[in-house]
Amino acid sequence: MSTTEQPARQRTRRNLELFLILIAWGIGVLGTLQVGWATEEGIHPRFWVTAGVVGILALITHAIVRWRVPYADPFMLPIATLLTILGLVMIYRLDVAAAQRAARLDNPAPTPDVYNQLIWYGVASLLFVLVLLTIRDHRILQRYTYTAGLLGVILLLLPLAPGIGATVNGATLWVRVAGFTFQPAEAAKILLTIFFAGYLVVTRDSLALVRTRVLGIPLPRARDLGPILIVWAVSLGVLIFQRDLGTSLLFFGLFVGMLYIATQRWSWLVLGFLLFAMGSVGAYLLFGHVRTRVQIWLDPFAYADTGGYQIVQSLYGFANGGLFGTGLGRGHPELVPFANTDFITAALGEELGLTGALGIVLLYGILIERGLRTAVAVRDPFGQLLAAGLSITLGIQVFVIIGGVTRLIPLTGLTTPFLSYGGSSLVANWVIIALLLVISHRARRPAGAASPPGSSAEYATQVVRR
Amino acid sequence: MTRSIRRIGLVLMVLFLALLANVTFIQVFQADNYRGRADNQRVLLEEYERERGPILTGPEAIAVSEKTKGKYRWLRVYPEGEQDAAVTGFYSMVYGATGLERTENDVLSGSSDLFFVDRIQQLVAGRQPRGGAVTTTIDAAAQAVAWEGLRGTRGAVYAIEPSTGRTLVQVQSPSFDPNLLSSHDPQSIREYYEELLNDPEQPLINRPIVALNPPGSTFKLVTAAAALSSGRFTMDSVLPGPAEFDLPLSSRTLRNWTGEECAPGGEITLEQALAVSCNTAFAWLGVELGADALRAQAELFGFDTKFETPLRASTSRFPDDPDAPQTAMSAIGQFDVRATAMQMAMVAAGIGNNGVVMQPYLVQEIRAPDLSILRTFEPQQYDIALSSDNARQLQLMMMAVVDEGTAGILQGIYDANGALVPVGAKTGTAQTGRDGEQPVSWMVAMAPATNPKIAVAVVVEDGGQAELSGGAIAGPIARAVIEAALQ
Repeated sequence: MSTTEQPARQRTRRNLELFLILIAWGIGVLGTLQVGWATEEGIHPRFWVTAGVVGILALITHAIVRWRVPYADPFMLPIATLLTILGLVMIYRLDVAAAQRAARLDNPAPTPDVYNQLIWYGVASLLFVLVLLTIRDHRILQRYTYTAGLLGVILLLLPLAPGIGATVNGATLWVRVAGFTFQPAEAAKILLTIFFAGYLVVTRDSLALVRTRVLGIPLPRARDLGPILIVWAVSLGVLIFQRDLGTSLLFFGLFVGMLYIATQRWSWLVLGFLLFAMGSVGAYLLFGHVRTRVQIWLDPFAYADTGGYQIVQSLYGFANGGLFGTGLGRGHPELVPFANTDFITAALGEELGLTGALGIVLLYGILIERGLRTAVAVRDPFGQLLAAGLSITLGIQVFVIIGGVTRLIPLTGLTTPFLSYGGSSLVANWVIIALLLVISHRARRPAGAASPPGSSAEYATQVVRR
Repeated sequence: MTRSIRRIGLVLMVLFLALLANVTFIQVFQADNYRGRADNQRVLLEEYERERGPILTGPEAIAVSEKTKGKYRWLRVYPEGEQDAAVTGFYSMVYGATGLERTENDVLSGSSDLFFVDRIQQLVAGRQPRGGAVTTTIDAAAQAVAWEGLRGTRGAVYAIEPSTGRTLVQVQSPSFDPNLLSSHDPQSIREYYEELLNDPEQPLINRPIVALNPPGSTFKLVTAAAALSSGRFTMDSVLPGPAEFDLPLSSRTLRNWTGEECAPGGEITLEQALAVSCNTAFAWLGVELGADALRAQAELFGFDTKFETPLRASTSRFPDDPDAPQTAMSAIGQFDVRATAMQMAMVAAGIGNNGVVMQPYLVQEIRAPDLSILRTFEPQQYDIALSSDNARQLQLMMMAVVDEGTAGILQGIYDANGALVPVGAKTGTAQTGRDGEQPVSWMVAMAPATNPKIAVAVVVEDGGQAELSGGAIAGPIARAVIEAALQ
């Protein structure tokens, strides 16, 4: 850092970001053309309009970043953009498959999903911009620690509320208001990360106190156990009442991870793991749906016609892709039920092959690594915890869903960040990127530089300097 | 907190490495295992995604893929259905493939190494590979009349071009409709297949090259060839031809089919013995020559040898170690002598081709998807069965069978120019040795006899009693096939 102390030598690297975003857009254009060509659908009449909209959205997000957080990490935005665009391409490709199938059966053409997703990308970009415009300094969020906590828990439990809660595919994690459905858990994960960060900053010293040792494991004071037990209970509640393994795992893992970061006590990890194990065993013994999931995981082929159908088709898809994939439009990703939401990785793995699947996992890996790097670089503890927490949510979510569709762990329903069809998830993850960029800008901003630079003069000098 | 963040980062890194390793494991190491699973629709879908190449006879397709609107993009269609089933086989999503659909699958599906350049282009362009075309050696006209004559009976027709070994006709009856086995409806495929499987007449076996029948009197061609080759006999040699032949070492006798002497006085020339199909004379000849000589001669014609045209044929056989009465019976194509229609056509073809037996084959050319010829199959000699002098004598003897003997039905065949064509033939009737079964009747013929364009064997398994049955069912089919081939 010593060499980059001087303001004049700190590079914003915004042009690199622009360059990467243009590449992401180009990949999307080529991918869509390939889909049209390989499926013999040709170029869709609205293709260039759509591609233009995507390009404009990407450029707007970039422009706002350039304006509001010029020193932010240059890789996060392009990666999020590329993943969103890959998702759009695959959702379009699955639309084509559905339309072709309907045409064969002489059914009316189904409504394509890609335009909805495109609208959601617009909404996500809007929220991304709003976050960058309204939150100049992430520390402002610390003021709303308990508000965020309360709101987060309410949102998390909202699907259980009579009248607006909706059960989709066996899991009660949806809310339906005025014909409009969304998954409040996606918003809750951001709010709860803010809450955890604010709460742990205040209490981490007392949580780090060791009072007793049980079997050589140093345990914190009993009254400090309260919060972790509450989170554990809420997670279990989600698991039991909403039948949502993934979300439950996500929140508990997020909390334990942040607890460990805050206190630096590995005993919290051990305790958290033990509680998780207890919860898992209990859930396995008590709940049929959990038991079924585990049994399917252990031997999916025994259930290939029933509950294991999805995962078996997913594995066949990956196998069909092999090393280099069938090529976009050349495989049969539509054979996997819910190919454009939970199983979009299987669809991409089939048509882009191992090369594509590894690339996608690595993109997430880099994104999370940049997030954690931000956490390390930022100076205030709240910012550190918040950045780390947001990165951890991404990490756990990606691991749980991709691990699930590749049968590394039992399958749980979680969306794949940025790729999956679905508004709540896309919007929430774009907000996460916005928050990370705000923190990152703070962390990388040269000491003494003005806070959010807004003058066009400074903007211009940036460009000239490159 | 920096240290604990780094540690959490490490934990996440381990989790992501597990993801990477697991995806690699599935897509590289487990891929073949998953692809091979029976319930994996993708393999099937992909197969039906490609345009499978046609099987052609001349310019006409006898198996061709047509585009559908269904879930499976291409449907296999066989315009001639049952007629060509013995050649094409079927291409079924439930039961796999048979016939040329199976043996030429690499070409038809486009995965053959012959298409290497094509496949590189497909890889680069991401196009679905198209299949190449297979051209058969079949003579479409002869094939059609063979089916026309044979349908409704239980039997087979096989014809070969003597100078090359090209298969001209390969027809079976009862046959099956490959269209019904190659549909996209697994349920109806299963039902039809079960029906075929349970049919006592076994329509699924490739009768012309797989069904083994006692060749009966047609085997006398082999015995006569052995006699000529021994150097002890010519076509004019006089043989004993009594009404009954006492089988050596046994009290049983062998009778002529007429129940009478083969010729007044009980003596007959070899030529005449063949013409009237004299059992007693050939039984005597067999004992005289011995089983080893008969077997050696039979093997020179292709007995006891595996043939793949590329369709796999049954091995025709001559008994291993017959005693004297068994040898006598074997000499007239009874006892344990068994032959396919293809084998008996090869005997006639070898005689017609001046003793040179050609390897039978069914695939003439392999063409690329753009129909450019990638490979042409060349005739291959199988063996020399007898000297050309002896072959010429035997040609004359076979002509006598038509002109003066049992195959009179083949008289008066004209070629395209209106010229009378000399035809050589041999009839046969064989007991299967199984109770209650009708004898098998044969007609083996070639024309023009001294330089044949076609040699044909017709076998009808429920052909009726008379030695002249050549005249009843098998004869007219042979005649129609020869006439069609000479047009």
